[in-house]
Amino acid sequence: MTDPRIAPDTRDTQVPAGLLERQLGRVWGTPEGFWAALATVDHKRVGRRYIITAFIFLAFGGVLAMAMRLQLARPEGRVIGPDRYDQVFTMHGATMMFLFAVPVMEAVAVFLVPLMVGTRNIAFPRLNAFSYWIYLGGGIMLWSAFAMDMAPDIGWFAYVPLSGPQFGAGKRADIWAQMITFTEVSALAVAVEIVVTVLKQRAPGMSLDRIPLFVWAMLVTAFCIIMAMPAIMIASSSLILDRLVGTHFFNPAEGGDVLLWQHLFWFFGHPEVYIIFIPAVGMVSSILPTFCRRPVFGYLPLVMALLATGFLAFGLWVHHMFTTGLPRLGESFFTASSMAIAIPNGVQIFCWLATICLGRPVLRTPMLFVLAFFFTFVIGGLTGVMVASVPFDTQVHDTYFVVAHFHYVLIGGAVFPLLGAIYYWFPKFTGRMMSERLGRWVAFLVFVGFNLTFFPMHLLGLRGMPRRIYAYPTEMHWGGLNLFVSASAVMLAAGFLLFFIDAIRSARSGEPAGDNPWDAPTLEWATASPPPAYNFAHIPVVTGPNPLWEHRDALPVVTGLRVERREILVTSVAGAVPQARESSPRNSIWPLWTAITTSIMLIWSIFSPWAVLYGSIPIGFALVFWFWPKGTPEDEA
Amino acid sequence: MHWQSVLEPQGPQAAHLHWLIVVFFGVCAAVWLLVMLVLLLGLLRRRPAPVPPLPANPASERRAGVIVGSAVGATVLVISALTVLSAVTTHAISADPSDPLLVQIRGHMWWWEITYEGDRPDHAFITANELHVPVGRTIQLELSADDVIHSFWVPNLAGKMDLIPGRDNQLSFSADHAGLYRGQCSQFCGLEHAHMALFVVAEDPAAFERWRASQIAEAAQAATPEQARGRDVFASRQCAACHTIRGTPANGNIGPDLTHVGGRAWVGAGLLPTTRGSLAAWIADPQGVKPGTNMPMVPLGADELKDVSAYLAALK
Repeated sequence: MTDPRIAPDTRDTQVPAGLLERQLGRVWGTPEGFWAALATVDHKRVGRRYIITAFIFLAFGGVLAMAMRLQLARPEGRVIGPDRYDQVFTMHGATMMFLFAVPVMEAVAVFLVPLMVGTRNIAFPRLNAFSYWIYLGGGIMLWSAFAMDMAPDIGWFAYVPLSGPQFGAGKRADIWAQMITFTEVSALAVAVEIVVTVLKQRAPGMSLDRIPLFVWAMLVTAFCIIMAMPAIMIASSSLILDRLVGTHFFNPAEGGDVLLWQHLFWFFGHPEVYIIFIPAVGMVSSILPTFCRRPVFGYLPLVMALLATGFLAFGLWVHHMFTTGLPRLGESFFTASSMAIAIPNGVQIFCWLATICLGRPVLRTPMLFVLAFFFTFVIGGLTGVMVASVPFDTQVHDTYFVVAHFHYVLIGGAVFPLLGAIYYWFPKFTGRMMSERLGRWVAFLVFVGFNLTFFPMHLLGLRGMPRRIYAYPTEMHWGGLNLFVSASAVMLAAGFLLFFIDAIRSARSGEPAGDNPWDAPTLEWATASPPPAYNFAHIPVVTGPNPLWEHRDALPVVTGLRVERREILVTSVAGAVPQARESSPRNSIWPLWTAITTSIMLIWSIFSPWAVLYGSIPIGFALVFWFWPKGTPEDEA
Repeated sequence: MHWQSVLEPQGPQAAHLHWLIVVFFGVCAAVWLLVMLVLLLGLLRRRPAPVPPLPANPASERRAGVIVGSAVGATVLVISALTVLSAVTTHAISADPSDPLLVQIRGHMWWWEITYEGDRPDHAFITANELHVPVGRTIQLELSADDVIHSFWVPNLAGKMDLIPGRDNQLSFSADHAGLYRGQCSQFCGLEHAHMALFVVAEDPAAFERWRASQIAEAAQAATPEQARGRDVFASRQCAACHTIRGTPANGNIGPDLTHVGGRAWVGAGLLPTTRGSLAAWIADPQGVKPGTNMPMVPLGADELKDVSAYLAALK
C-alpha cells in the first residue's frame, strides 16, 4: 500500500505538498471494490453507512406508526388483529429507540467527532467497524423475526411477568432481549471510541474550554451510555436466564421480584432518553452560532448544563414507576429530581435565546429546524414537568398524554435538530448541498404535521384513552380526535418522504458545496467536502473556541507526522498538549467476521444455552485474526 | 354515565387532581408563551448591517448574562413551587379516611375479580368487573394481580394504581354523585389489554345495602324447565371447572364468579351489554368475541346453548 519510493519513518515535512496528499490518501484510503469496502475502518465511511442504515430503520418504524394510525383511525378498527398490533407497537418502539434514535446520534458522532476535534480517525477504528456490523445484525434479526410473525409483542419495555417464561410464549421475548444485547454491544463500542477520541486525540491547543459543544454533548452521552447499559444488560440477561434455564429473578412465587425488572429497565431507560436528547442539544448548539453569525452565548453554562443533565438523568428513573405504589418519601424525592432536570434544560434554552437575540439570525433550512425545535421541545419539556409530579402522573401515566409528551421530546427535541443537522452537515457528508427550496417544504410539513398529529393526543389522554390498546369502543367518543390524528399523520409522513427524496436527489446531483458553505467556525469545515480519507493533510492547531473565525486565512498546523503509516497525534486530556505520535489500525475484514460469528452466537443462544459455549469458539478465532500482527508499519510501537 | 375523563372529576380525589392539572397547565402555558415571545422578538429585532461574527460586544454580553441568570432563578422558583404543590396534593388525596369500605380487587388477564369482605365471613362475596360503592363513603381498594401487571384506573374518580403480582397496593377514593363510571386497565397486559374495562356503580347507601344483600344471597333457583336444564348443562360440562355459582356444585375459581352474572350490566369485562343473546354469543364463540381470552370454546348443542344462556341471564 505504501509508495515504494517513500522510505520508512518519512515525515510530512520531507514530502512536497502535492505528493503529501497523494501519499496520505494511499496510506489512509480504502481501495475500490466490494471486499475493500467491507473491510474499511474509515470513520467517515462507517459513519455514513451508520446514518443511512439508521434512516432506513426510521422509515420502517414510520411505516409501523402509519399502520397503527390506520388501525386507530376509527373505533373498533379491524385492520390489524390484537396479536399483530402488539408486535407492531413493540417493533415501532424498539426500532425507533434501539435501531434509529440511539444509533443515528452515534452515527453522526462517528462521522463528525474526529473531524471536529481535528484528528485523522476515530479511536479503535476496527471496533467502530465491528459496532456497525453488529448493529446491522441486530436490526436484521429483529426485522426478520417480524417478517416471520415472531417479533416481540411485549412493548419496548418488556415488563415481566408478561415477558417471562409463563406468559411470554414462543421466542418473541427472547428476540427482544437479544436485540438489546446487539444494540448495547454496538452502543458501548461507539461510546468507548468517542470517549477516547475526545479525551486523547484532540488537535493541539483544543483545551477543554475550546471543545465544540457537539463534541461535549457526545462526550457526556458516551459516559451516559457506559453508565446506563450495564443495568439493561443485567436485566435482559436475567430475563433470558429466567426464560431459557429456569432461574427465578423475576418470579414472585419463587422469591423473585417483578418490580426489580422495572428498576433495572428504567435505570437504563431514562438515561436512554438523554442519550438521544443530549446529542441533539449539541447539534442545536452547533447550528445556532453559524446561523446567528456569532459564537454561542454562555459556552460554560451550556457545558455545565450538559454535565448536569447527564448526572441528573440517572436520578429520576423512578418517575416511570409512579403508579407502582411507592413509599411517600421516594415519591417526593423523585418528583423533586425529575423537576430539577428542568433547570439545566432551562439554562440551555435561555442561552440559545440570548444567542438569537444578540446575533443576526439567517433563516436557512437548518435554522428553521432549530426554530421548530424551540416551539416543540419547550412544550415537551413542560409536559415533562407535569408528569414529574406524582399526583399529576397518576392521571396521565400510560395514556396518550404520555405518548404525546415523549413524542414532543423525542421528535421535537431530538429528530428536529437531527433533520437540521442533516441539512447542515450534508455538504460535509457528501460534498453537495441539499435543496433549500425542498428543505423549507420539509420543515413546514414535518413541523405542522407533527404538531397536528401529536397535540390532540394530550387531550385524548386526558379523556381517558390508555396506550397500547388495539381498539376502542364507539361510545368512548375518541373517534373524532383519532381520525384527525391519523389524517395529520399523513402530512407528517409526507414531510419525511420529501426529506428522503431531497436527500437522495441531493446526494447525486446537489450543488457542489465547497469546504465551508455556511462560513461555520468549527474544524470539520477546515477540510474538503467530503473530507479526504486522512481528514487533514496537517493536523490543525487550535487557539480559540471558533478556530475558523479566528483564523480567516489559514489555520496554524502541526508537522512532523509520519506519512508512510497511519499516524495520529495523542494529546493530553485537559490542555490538549501533544504527547505522542500513535499508529492507527489499517483496514481489516475481521471486524466483519467477528460481528458475523457474534451474531450467530447471540441468535443461537435464543434457542440453546450451549450456544454461549460453542458459539464463542468461532468468535475467538475471528478475534485472533483481528489482532494478528501483519508486519505493517502500524505494528511498530 | 361518565366516560372516562380526567377533566370531569366526580369525587374529591379526582377533583384535587383536576385542580392540580389546571394549575400546572396554566403555569406551563404562561412559561411557553413567554419563551415563544422572546424568541419572536429576538428574530424580529432590527439590527445594524452585518458585521463579522467576532468579536462580541462585552456590554451587551454582560446584560444578556444578567437576564439569563434571572430567568434561571425564576425557573428554580417555579419548579420549587410546583414541587410543593404536588406534595400538598398527594397529602390531600391520601388523608386517612374514617370507616372506609374495604374492597379487594384482583387483576386477571383480562377481567377484574372483586371481593367484598363483609362484617361476617358468610357476608363475604365475590363478583367481577362491576364495583358497587355507596356515594360519599371512602372506598379503600386492596389491589393485587393474579398473572401479570394490570392497572386500576377510573379517571373520573381517582388516579391510577398498578396491580402487581407478589405485591399489594392500595388506593382510596369516593364518589360524590350516584352514577356509572367507566374505567379500564391502563398497564399493557397482553392481547386483550384493550378489552379490560370495569364499571364503578355509585349509588345511595340504601341502594348499595340492598345490592350487597342480594349479592350475599346464593344464586337464584332455576325458575323454568329451560333454566333447570341450563343449570344441569353448566354443572355437567367444563363450565363448572372454572366458574363458581354459589348454591350449585359449580365451584371453579379460574374464571369470574357467576353467582349473579345476570345482574351485571356487561359481559366480557365491558365488551357486550348483558342480555341472553350476548351471553349466548359469548359462550358460543369466546375467541371470536374477544380473541385470546382464556375462556375456551365449549362445544354445546344449539339447545344446550339456549338453556345455559337462559339460566345465566336469570341469575340476577
